[in-house]
Amino acid sequence: MEPFQQVGASPALLLAPDDNIAVAVRDMPAGTTVRVGTFTVTLGDAVKVGHKFAVRAIPKDERIVKYGAPIGRAIAAIAPGEYVHIHNVTSDYIPTYTFDAGHEFLPEAH
Amino acid sequence: MEIQAYLRSDGRKGIRNIVAVCYLVECAHHVSREVAYPFRERGAHLIGFPGCFPNAYSHKMLERLCTHPNVGAVLLVSLGCEAFNKGKLLETIRASGRPTKLLVIQESGGTRSTIAEGRAWVEQTLAQLENTPRVAMRPDELVVGTICGGSDATSGLTANPAMGRAFDFLVEQGATCIFEETGELIGMEHWMAERAQNPVMGEEIVKTVAKAAQYYATYGHASIGPGNADGGLTTIEEKSLGAYAKSGQSVINGIIKPGDVPVGGGLYLLDVVPDGEPRFGFPNISDNAEIAELMACGSHVILFSTGRGSVVGSALAPVIKVCANPDTYRRMADDMDVDAGRILEGRATLDDVGREIHDLILRVGNGEQTKSEALGHQEFILTYKSFEPLGPACFPSAA
Repeated sequence: MEPFQQVGASPALLLAPDDNIAVAVRDMPAGTTVRVGTFTVTLGDAVKVGHKFAVRAIPKDERIVKYGAPIGRAIAAIAPGEYVHIHNVTSDYIPTYTFDAGHEFLPEAH
Repeated sequence: MEIQAYLRSDGRKGIRNIVAVCYLVECAHHVSREVAYPFRERGAHLIGFPGCFPNAYSHKMLERLCTHPNVGAVLLVSLGCEAFNKGKLLETIRASGRPTKLLVIQESGGTRSTIAEGRAWVEQTLAQLENTPRVAMRPDELVVGTICGGSDATSGLTANPAMGRAFDFLVEQGATCIFEETGELIGMEHWMAERAQNPVMGEEIVKTVAKAAQYYATYGHASIGPGNADGGLTTIEEKSLGAYAKSGQSVINGIIKPGDVPVGGGLYLLDVVPDGEPRFGFPNISDNAEIAELMACGSHVILFSTGRGSVVGSALAPVIKVCANPDTYRRMADDMDVDAGRILEGRATLDDVGREIHDLILRVGNGEQTKSEALGHQEFILTYKSFEPLGPACFPSAA
């Protein structure tokens, strides 16, 4: 699998065939229509380079799959084209620390 | 390409010829810094341990670092009353054949006279090191460590897999390559286990990562922070997936702990998470703590991938900065040795950048300065840890 052969053809990368998310190769505003792999989705949110969006509907509790590997699970249903990040995904191991609760360690709300 | 290396009397070969000035407690840090500072561009580097209480890990670390192949001579600076076993360290360095001296501030008349005495010794020793014999060094004699810091979601797409390619090229030539940070391999343990040289070692890899997960869970904090999340990394598993790509695709030949120098070439996993009940705080408080451990395992040079834009270098070993994110590269090109973000923009392939990193390692081995070296970065940090010795399953010969 050589995902970078797709660079230029699409502003996003589907890193493995069974992934349910794609990775932005450049910053894209909300409303952008993106073709990536066999999917065509319209972004519900702005997505920055390196960040992820759903290429298909992802039900709550389904694993997020990137490069063919599970990287966590959905804590809410995610629509095609929706931004995928800490607001709708949690780790199966250890929570991600963010600044959102001052300097307390913050397990994501769910 | 052959490297012209510095031959040490213990037979090892270095790619730099450094006088290390080493403080043995924080109370001797200022004096040591003052000794080293005027010579910082001539090869005097500052390292040390701040703690007053003895610790087997930090003693072993300083033994390995003071006899690192890039180090030609060592000045030890003690306050005098700290618990560090300075006599033992001095003896180890002496036995390696390196010029060395111990200054004890309380016996040398205090700050001013110790600085003067130290500078005189460094001046004379730098001149002496100019006569170090140069010999050819083959790629299979190189030890290369890898680390990522200031990661974002591009790290795992460009810089880390490109460094993995460079590792694959080096391992093919018989070099020793070390990847680390088991806390950033959480979620990858079963994939890694399949790459172990044998199933027993595979089980040991799974246990090593479970230990890291347990350690971080106790502190309520994985090795993923707000900067990572801003950069698009959502979970520790996702960060791990990117970090894991640094290891390339070679067979994993063994597991080592800080200060263990691998025997024979190949790919090694460095277990940096302490053994036993969590104590002494986070396993590695910042990237340079890991670089110190990679050096203590013999790394001549460090590959450092960054997406957000780390600027650090290191004392003792040159750091090659591989920038993953094309926007970061444009903002901070003066700090970056390799622009791996080209891959994202379709301007280079992973193989191109992997080859570029490989070739740069050889040039740096031959004396070319990295960006962080030229800018004078010589960060160093060493703190408390505790480890148990390696089990037999960690070695290539097992099972």
